[in-house]
Amino acid sequence: MSPDVHKNSTTTASTNDDVLISVKDLHVWFELKKWGFSHVGWVRAVDNVNFELKRGESIAIVGESGCGKSSLMKTLLLLNRPHKGQVIFEGKDISNLKGKELKWYRSQVGYVQQDPYGALPPFMPVHRILDEPLVINGIKDKAEREKRIRNAMEEVALTPVDDFLHKYPHMLSGGQQQRVVIARAMILEPKLLVADEPVSMLDASVRVEILRLLRKLQEQHNLSVMYITHDLSTVRFFSERIFVMYAGKLVEQTHIEELLGNPLHPYTKALLTGTSVPDAANAKHLKHVPPGEPPSLVNPPPGCRFHPRCEHFIDGKCNVDEPPHFEPVAGHIVNCWLYEEGRTSYPAQ
Amino acid sequence: MNDNTLLNIEDLVLYFKTSIGDVQAVDHVSMELQKNKAVVILGESGCGKSSMAKAILRLLPRNVSKYSGKVIIDHLDVMTLDDEEFRSQVRWVKMSMVPQAAMNALNPVLRAGDQVAEPAMIHLGKEKEEALELAREMFQRVGVPVDFLTRYPFELSGGMRQRVAIAMALITSPQLVVLDEPTSALDLLTQANIMNVLKTIKWETGTSYILITHDIATSSELADEVAVMYAGQIVEVNDAESFFAEPLHPYSRRLMASVPRLYGTEEPDFIPGRPPSLLNPPTGCRFADRCNQRFAKCDEEPPTFIVDGHPVKCWLYEKDHSAVVNTTNSAAGDAS
Amino acid sequence: MNLNQLRDISRYPSAIVGLAIILFLIGISIYTVLALPYDETVVKWRGGDMVWQDNPRTAPPTWVNFFRTKKLPESIIFNSTDENVEKQVTPLKDDLTDVYMEFTFDYTADEFPQEIIMFFTSNFEKKAPYISLIWKTPDGRELDIGDFSIDKKYTRRLSQDEKLTKKLNGQPAEIGLFADPNSEEPKPLKGTYTLEVAGLTFEPDSDFEAKTVIYGKVFGLAGTDHLRRDLMLALLWGTPVALAFGLIAAVVTSVLTMAIAAAGTWYGGWVDSVIQRITEINMMLPVLPILIMVGVFYSRSLWVILGVIILLSIFGGGIKSFRAMFMQEREAGYIQAARSYGASNARIIFQYLIPRIIPVLIPSLVVLIPSFVFLEASLAVLGLGDPLMPTWGKIIDEARTNGALYKGLYYWVLEPSFLLMLTGFSFAMLGFALDRIFNPRLRGM
Repeated sequence: MSPDVHKNSTTTASTNDDVLISVKDLHVWFELKKWGFSHVGWVRAVDNVNFELKRGESIAIVGESGCGKSSLMKTLLLLNRPHKGQVIFEGKDISNLKGKELKWYRSQVGYVQQDPYGALPPFMPVHRILDEPLVINGIKDKAEREKRIRNAMEEVALTPVDDFLHKYPHMLSGGQQQRVVIARAMILEPKLLVADEPVSMLDASVRVEILRLLRKLQEQHNLSVMYITHDLSTVRFFSERIFVMYAGKLVEQTHIEELLGNPLHPYTKALLTGTSVPDAANAKHLKHVPPGEPPSLVNPPPGCRFHPRCEHFIDGKCNVDEPPHFEPVAGHIVNCWLYEEGRTSYPAQ
Repeated sequence: MNDNTLLNIEDLVLYFKTSIGDVQAVDHVSMELQKNKAVVILGESGCGKSSMAKAILRLLPRNVSKYSGKVIIDHLDVMTLDDEEFRSQVRWVKMSMVPQAAMNALNPVLRAGDQVAEPAMIHLGKEKEEALELAREMFQRVGVPVDFLTRYPFELSGGMRQRVAIAMALITSPQLVVLDEPTSALDLLTQANIMNVLKTIKWETGTSYILITHDIATSSELADEVAVMYAGQIVEVNDAESFFAEPLHPYSRRLMASVPRLYGTEEPDFIPGRPPSLLNPPTGCRFADRCNQRFAKCDEEPPTFIVDGHPVKCWLYEKDHSAVVNTTNSAAGDAS
Repeated sequence: MNLNQLRDISRYPSAIVGLAIILFLIGISIYTVLALPYDETVVKWRGGDMVWQDNPRTAPPTWVNFFRTKKLPESIIFNSTDENVEKQVTPLKDDLTDVYMEFTFDYTADEFPQEIIMFFTSNFEKKAPYISLIWKTPDGRELDIGDFSIDKKYTRRLSQDEKLTKKLNGQPAEIGLFADPNSEEPKPLKGTYTLEVAGLTFEPDSDFEAKTVIYGKVFGLAGTDHLRRDLMLALLWGTPVALAFGLIAAVVTSVLTMAIAAAGTWYGGWVDSVIQRITEINMMLPVLPILIMVGVFYSRSLWVILGVIILLSIFGGGIKSFRAMFMQEREAGYIQAARSYGASNARIIFQYLIPRIIPVLIPSLVVLIPSFVFLEASLAVLGLGDPLMPTWGKIIDEARTNGALYKGLYYWVLEPSFLLMLTGFSFAMLGFALDRIFNPRLRGM
């Protein structure tokens, strides 16, 4: 099944019933304190991010370390609280939930982590690992829990189920461990799955297996999936839209095929050039990579945060004002002064 | 073996002793490396590739149960040297290593410049000022600003630390550098940068590389030759053009098919099952039970056949191709 | 994780030795608690004349004779109430009655006895019985060693009888009665001796009993102290006290420390800061001086001291090291996952964090036990031990106060010290082996 099947129409109008989660003006800032008391500054991990995710849709969030994708994800899981802004889930503002409502929200979002071994408590066997979320969320009937555990294991193809129920994490292979993590994330029947680099610590020959599994689950359960990665080549696997983040900001948002065919932001272009394809010719020439490193999130550069590394830097503009959303092509949003309305020449591809 | 051969490994064996038996990490491996070339040892977790690096550089843990074979560098079989001779004549003189997670292998209480200078002082006998000058040159070569010479590792980012580790491996100008997963924990652009550094050094100084990795796509940035390792054995050695276009061994083929690509229409595939445990490897071909081209003869361990000058360890190539002595079960001299 | 590792213990000989010794000590404790009830022991230990009367003073244990060429004597005790002592009662004229008994024994030791005391009990109304003592030596000499009348309860210390000493040419009874007349240096004459006790009673119902104790210079398995108390009692009773004290202190301290560290680390913020500051201040407090003050001004009861020690130890270095471990674990993937599926803070602390730490806790707990045992002993040596209970530290304290080492009474100090060291050694061996099992990274060592 080719990924083309998932391509949505490029209209941006979305009916409100479709929207599962919507993020408005989200700022996730961490306070820097000296000696535990005095305020020194803020780490602006996520700065003024806006987007929407529909039911059954899957998006990929791409960026390097320090771009804020992990902090964004943790905020959506309410493992962090937003500093400013709103996160609206099924019409309800969840940024300040507590108690029972918080627990309800947590059962709606599943979390698949990067390190499968670290994500599983080493002293619990598989059946207990899968039992925990059920027990915590008040499912008292033991038979009911057993049934759900078995279903979850069958869905992730950890069969024969009885073989795996009593194993401890260290007895499983990386791929099997990640299946347990996925089963655990799915067991409360969530509407949204947040997957943080779910395959980057697995072997090449296993990655595809897990990605296919995630896609199957998405189709069967009409799941919305947020797939966070730095490996662009896996992105087109099952996500329709892609967001590129840099230094806490969303710099480009569009559909995947559009991004691959027509990358606009200089950083996106750098990411695409930087991704290797297995080709012997690569060894013969250098890659064209922007120099330097992502900036500090405590004192980001003024204006566009990428400007110190950008070869299309416009002095007086890029280092003064932050670029707003521009939509040079329908459904393709980019935050870069190069695409300001009225600018007639675009840089050569 | 000709004058251009820098490194010749013959029948290298490294087994580790554990409470449940011997782990046969490196099982009769042979390969060659020419001067100023880079060979990539490609394999997944548990295939023994990290143990290869340790075996070549004799950085052995305490529970070794078998260590034998020939490692001939520059016409000298370094396996015949005792530990002290190896330390003073070979390690960091003829060959050096950038270990896995090198950025965490830097000593946190020494300044970066001092650490890079240290091998020069020990192995080249230089005085401290001279060694620091050399370190400064190395920093420039790998692309680290020279004012980082006086900084401590925790003040550097991951990418910088990896470059410092590379500088440390290069400072004594060895002929061969073994890199064990040098970029696996780094960001995309940093990876590309480091690969650029390695390429530049190769072109400018004539150093040879053995790059050990599981990242197939990134390996193509540096590879002149590719050696595929599976369950402790080398199953194919091929030059980069042929390998990335059309690999020979069934495992290599399926590995290449499992790489997700940025463009193109084919969806990648995966290999079901798991590699065999190195504790009790199966007799017969070790890839047989995951291979979709398996046939009856695969119950016997295949010898290594030479296909167009490239070694491949698979019965599919028996016809018309001559075999090289290289099986675990055979003694030397059992050529077909 | 659990059963496999326990089986691993068998691979470490040091652990087996340690475990064996601990089981032995536990066995002693159980026996002691069952066979020698506490209340009786306390009463006995308080001493008093009648309780330990028959024991020699500060005598080493009998097995030291094994190592000596010149054997020390053991005590020889005769009691007229014993079955094998014949009492010949011969009525004479009127109400006069002759009561005669003979005590015969063999003397084989190379040294003289410690002292000789005779205890008489009699009943009469007006006139007390009159006793004559005759001493017969193996070489046929007969000595008249005393004529006297007794009381209802009468103790005759022959060693302190000046008339007798003069009679024996200035040698006190225990030497003079046994000395070999033919030898130049004083040496006891070996052979059969007889003590004849001839008594006269003057009333029809009057009678008396005599107990003769020829005190040896060795006694029992453990020897005696300055109050003639059998040290074995104290050594036996010291075992359960030491083990219980060490175990309770170690377990309560470790568990509370771990729980507090877990809570502090998990909740973070001001809770963590407060706990850390309390810990730092507490670590500065000098434990021993505080205990001394408590002991002097408040109470020396073992339980009070135990309570204070635990209080001072909870906020100790353990909190810092547990905190380091918890802080590492806190960021672990499975903890974040637990938060994401709604686990409560309490559940995370008790069911996720703490089980991770227990393999580290157990070895450190085992190694902690002897420190508390030694602490209790140290307090006792400083004179602050529990006044009632006999403990090992108490024995050392009394030995020291009575100048044991100056007087060459090494056994008095060595026996409790040996038991203390044995306890420490066994727990340490077991603890180190457990550490190697539960922390595989140390295994290569």
